[in-house]
Amino acid sequence: MCLGIPGRIVSMEEFSATVDIAGTTREVSTMMLADEVSVGDYVLIHVGFAIAKMDEEEAAKTLEMILEYSDEIN
Amino acid sequence: MKLIEIFRNPEHVKKIVDSIHSIVDTKKEYKIMEVCGTHTMSIARFGIREILPQNVKLVSGPGCPVCVIPQGEIDAIFSLIEQYDVTVATFGDLLKVPGSKGETLLSYKANGASIKIIFSPLDVVTLSREMTNPVVFIGIGFETTAPAIAALGKKIIEKDFNDIFIFPYNKTMPEVLKLLLLDKNLNIDGFICPGHVSVVTGESIYTPIVKAGKAAVIGGFEPVDILISIFEIIKQVNSEMFNVKNLYKRAVKNCGNIAALRLIDDVFEPVDSAWRGIGIVKKSGLAFKGIYERLNVFNNFSISVGDYIEKTGCKCGDVLKGYISPSVCPLMGNGCTPEKPYGPCMVSSEGACSAYYKYNMSV
Repeated sequence: MCLGIPGRIVSMEEFSATVDIAGTTREVSTMMLADEVSVGDYVLIHVGFAIAKMDEEEAAKTLEMILEYSDEIN
Repeated sequence: MKLIEIFRNPEHVKKIVDSIHSIVDTKKEYKIMEVCGTHTMSIARFGIREILPQNVKLVSGPGCPVCVIPQGEIDAIFSLIEQYDVTVATFGDLLKVPGSKGETLLSYKANGASIKIIFSPLDVVTLSREMTNPVVFIGIGFETTAPAIAALGKKIIEKDFNDIFIFPYNKTMPEVLKLLLLDKNLNIDGFICPGHVSVVTGESIYTPIVKAGKAAVIGGFEPVDILISIFEIIKQVNSEMFNVKNLYKRAVKNCGNIAALRLIDDVFEPVDSAWRGIGIVKKSGLAFKGIYERLNVFNNFSISVGDYIEKTGCKCGDVLKGYISPSVCPLMGNGCTPEKPYGPCMVSSEGACSAYYKYNMSV
């Protein structure tokens, strides 16, 4: 139910955007993301709304941190 | 897509699983609750339980919105359909939830009732313009979904539509988490906090967990996400140093989504709410407030919520509290299947019983 799917923004209107979700496009509301997003960004989509901008840098950092820690103990 | 692939990388998975095995204290038992139904499904789907050390136990929590709506509130939906000429708009998850008499939205639809499945609450407005009768939307979900339903509410009021109503069945997490925390029968060591609820709420709602000396880790939904969350919980339990750890920073900001929180706050106010198997939990539901009260279906139709008695034999209540694994329910696969569910934990694609049936019964 709280499922969130990442999609890439392909075009934007004032309060909505067209997103590409694994090859399927669909219009979603961006009213909850205010001015944060632009074309090319990945957003997390839930029931027709973009609820978060996905941060690829943070994703890489999280992984790096854990893998480094794993290296130390293994 | 890179964001998904790197969190499914088998080499990373192996490395983290090895790390988990090397840090567990074999004399201890670690009891970890995944609160969210989407986590429950991912854990079953990726076979996470099977690769963990035996003394690391994963317990499913109450984070499946469909599962926690009490029977009386489900029955009220059918009572509306029986008595009034309305169109019911719903998320697909609710279609097979059985009423007290075994009826479902799907069976009503098959018999000609106007039941429409929608993807987004905003689709309800479009739908209502096509229908000649009032449209009633079943508003369910936690903090992740509540802002979308609040946005629908705002749109209805703004456009002054007087033929769209909502079942106010949204629930929130903080109070029920506190209850689980205090439950001596459960004794959870750490929580994998619901990732997409956290997108909206931010990290602060989990502070009571760490104050109570338990781990709280916000995690994503891919195998690597879940494993690093488990690893972090074990690490915190071993060191007895507890802090809210956000391992889903690619989506969750410390302060949450302010615009989404504002939407909830504009439209709803906290209200005591009944959870299946748990009972009334103070301030754990969302009621329409002020000008939005007129959207409440119960203020517009003569229907009411019946008693909260649950169906005989169904163990959903104990499953939702984490008291039992779905595997020990006598009805599992024997009178209760995803095709013909007896209780809601088997209905929702993310119910603990449905996850168990799909991924554990068949192997």
